[in-house]
Amino acid sequence: MSPVLAATKPDLLVFIAASAAVLSGAIGVVVARHPVHSALMLIQTLFGVAVLFVAQGADFLAAVQIIVYAGAIVVLFLFVIMLIGVDKEENVAAEPLRLQRPLALALGALSLLEIVLLSRTEWVTGASSLGGAANGAGDNVVKLGRSVFTQYLYAFEITSILLIIAVVGAVFLARRPPRSRSSEQLEEQR
Amino acid sequence: MSISPGPYLVVAAALFTIGAVGLLVRRNVLVMFMCVELMLNAANLSFVTFARKLNDIGGQSAVFFVMVVAAAEVVIGLGIIVAIFRRQSGATADDLHMLKG
Repeated sequence: MSPVLAATKPDLLVFIAASAAVLSGAIGVVVARHPVHSALMLIQTLFGVAVLFVAQGADFLAAVQIIVYAGAIVVLFLFVIMLIGVDKEENVAAEPLRLQRPLALALGALSLLEIVLLSRTEWVTGASSLGGAANGAGDNVVKLGRSVFTQYLYAFEITSILLIIAVVGAVFLARRPPRSRSSEQLEEQR
Repeated sequence: MSISPGPYLVVAAALFTIGAVGLLVRRNVLVMFMCVELMLNAANLSFVTFARKLNDIGGQSAVFFVMVVAAAEVVIGLGIIVAIFRRQSGATADDLHMLKG
């Protein structure tokens, strides 16, 4: 643990606070009875991850994390929760599959143990990049933009197709199926 | 010198594990979806950590693409959930057994 303590005090404080926010928010998402509370705890986790991004020099991604995740995705979650009216508490204690919960917890503990065991020797292996330097002088946005628009240009174009497909699919899925006139009017009155 | 990559990766692994356990344990479809988001965020966090350690901006580009795909996935998934819940009003994954053949 010596490399952790070798860090400067503000860095350490930021890391500890953000990690506590991330992990407590994640546990809150899992254990909250109410879906709305889960969504709010998810926002806490996303903010913590954004802070960890800033601490590692990924400024643009931290901003995108806040705008896209906390701003759009969680709002979409809340919107759907309100729209389909599942804003009622779930009976968390009910367990339709026997032994599901202990097995899930055991599997989670096992996978965590495996990750930590596997990485006991060295956390990060591999060669440093020669082409695109992430650290050092220069703007993070400039570097990321250069990388996305040169090296990963095709992937970027494909994501645009993906987004169009997603939008069309969402509109198609959310469209009301054609029904008789009277039932539509009933829906509108409701 | 800032904090070494190890603790960040421990946090990412713990976050991924919490998300995976939540996906297995919870029965509300929306909460299961949120647990998937937790796992995606854990992967993003380790991507950024590796990008810093290996001094490669490609890791951050990968996070960028993961975010785009996550946004598309959430839109489609929530659309499917809305379409299902319009037909029936059950809040848990156990109620969705109409595809059982």
